[in-house]
Amino acid sequence: MKQKSVGVVGAAETTKMGKIPDVSVIGLHADAALNALADAGLKPSDIDGVACAGISPVELAHYMGITPTYADGTSVGGCSFMLHVRHAAAAINEGLCTTVLITHGESGRSRVGSSGFGRAPSSLMGQFEMPYGVAGPPTMFTIPVLRYLKTYGLTAEDLAWVAVIQREWAAKNPRASFKDPLTVDDVLGADMIAWPFTKLMCCLVTDGGGALILTSAERAKDFPQKPVYVLGTGESVETPLVSQMADFTSSKAFRVSGKKAFDESGLAHADVDHLMIYDAFAHLPLYGLEDLGFCKPGEAAGFIRERNTAIGGKLPLNTNGGGLSYMHSGMYGMYALQESVRQLRGIAPAQVPGARTSVCHGVGGMFAASGTVIFSNEAP
Amino acid sequence: MPPRMLPEPTPETRHFWDGCKAGELRLQRCTACHESYFPPRAFCPKCASRDVEVYPASGKGVLWSYVINMRPRPDMGTEPYAIAVVKLAEGPQMMTNIVDCPQTPEVLQLDMPLQVSFARQTDDITLPLFAPVKG
Repeated sequence: MKQKSVGVVGAAETTKMGKIPDVSVIGLHADAALNALADAGLKPSDIDGVACAGISPVELAHYMGITPTYADGTSVGGCSFMLHVRHAAAAINEGLCTTVLITHGESGRSRVGSSGFGRAPSSLMGQFEMPYGVAGPPTMFTIPVLRYLKTYGLTAEDLAWVAVIQREWAAKNPRASFKDPLTVDDVLGADMIAWPFTKLMCCLVTDGGGALILTSAERAKDFPQKPVYVLGTGESVETPLVSQMADFTSSKAFRVSGKKAFDESGLAHADVDHLMIYDAFAHLPLYGLEDLGFCKPGEAAGFIRERNTAIGGKLPLNTNGGGLSYMHSGMYGMYALQESVRQLRGIAPAQVPGARTSVCHGVGGMFAASGTVIFSNEAP
Repeated sequence: MPPRMLPEPTPETRHFWDGCKAGELRLQRCTACHESYFPPRAFCPKCASRDVEVYPASGKGVLWSYVINMRPRPDMGTEPYAIAVVKLAEGPQMMTNIVDCPQTPEVLQLDMPLQVSFARQTDDITLPLFAPVKG
């Protein structure tokens, strides 16, 4: 696929972030969309492709007054937006449309106009996981981790370091939900949610949204913002049941998606200036660093503890503070993409000096799905 | 306390839940490639053969991983409980609860041997839970 011929020309989050009790889910989609359109200097009538998750692209198109020739409703959890970018690149290359709007909006905290987490009792999850008392992601996404820790001789302290170092990044971000410094003892001593996970190893629950606009790289040069180009993308899925994940120490979907994106981009790991790994919980960056090939199996915890991913480190990771400290409305992938774009435009609150490339890696469900996008601010 | 969330069997999974009711942990295996698999379906997920059979598993396994849910779901009572994955002797993994032992990290050691323990819920549904092997 000629992924190189696509660029991000509009990118924005919702006007407010955190607690937004006066806006519904679809209103958050629209607010982010309007901000991204303004960022790109476009009107809804300039958009001929739409993509979103959580709501239907039909709802989005109608609400925004868009008549698209391309609609993507891929909904595989929090990494859906990485897949939307991938599919949009293919669609633009194939001539299905010219300008794609991707939106996300979620009233994760205030629950205005949003639906619940329930699964039908006849579904696979309803039959083979719900009866055992699972109560949402904190008790499901976390289940493989004791096996991971035992395999590599690690402890909960290794999870705590992830939260501590990401909080250092969040402290530089005025829009971050939590900015106060943390210690490992703070994290280990916080309320226990699902042993071995304390509250500070779990993501926030907030309201918010974001939107991206993509077009061909050729056109991208003519927009007001510095274009951010898509160099490579990947996606995969594994299982809707975390209990059926083939290897509790590594995500197959991560490995497949990451490899595809790297192969397509032509980048080596040493070429990567900035990295986002969707961190719904503190173990995700460990799995991500290893499954994307930045670290050998079992070595990510040491890599983080040695401050390689911290401010001034060689691989800045989750520089907005991540789902642990920045925000997490439920499907966080959009915010990871926004931070990659900000870094490559050179306007991030915690800007990585001279960043030219960014890898943005998302997870969907509980290790159910994955999407990876590799960006550059240099024209391919 | 609200009634416990229970499964609603489908035609493809009915043999499994009927097995639990009868005190038998029923798995499926492929007669072509001999792969044992779970959850139930009408074909082999490894080789796609429809030539599969239901058989009674040993009910033995080891504790593969777990969390201890400190904020019990309302239908699960008021005490913290482990949500576990057992690795069955036949190969497949299965989510379950661990019974007949304290729900603590000290007691719940990974790789400890477990044995299925059927817990009747209703006339139709019995859940396959697991208990530590004694001695």
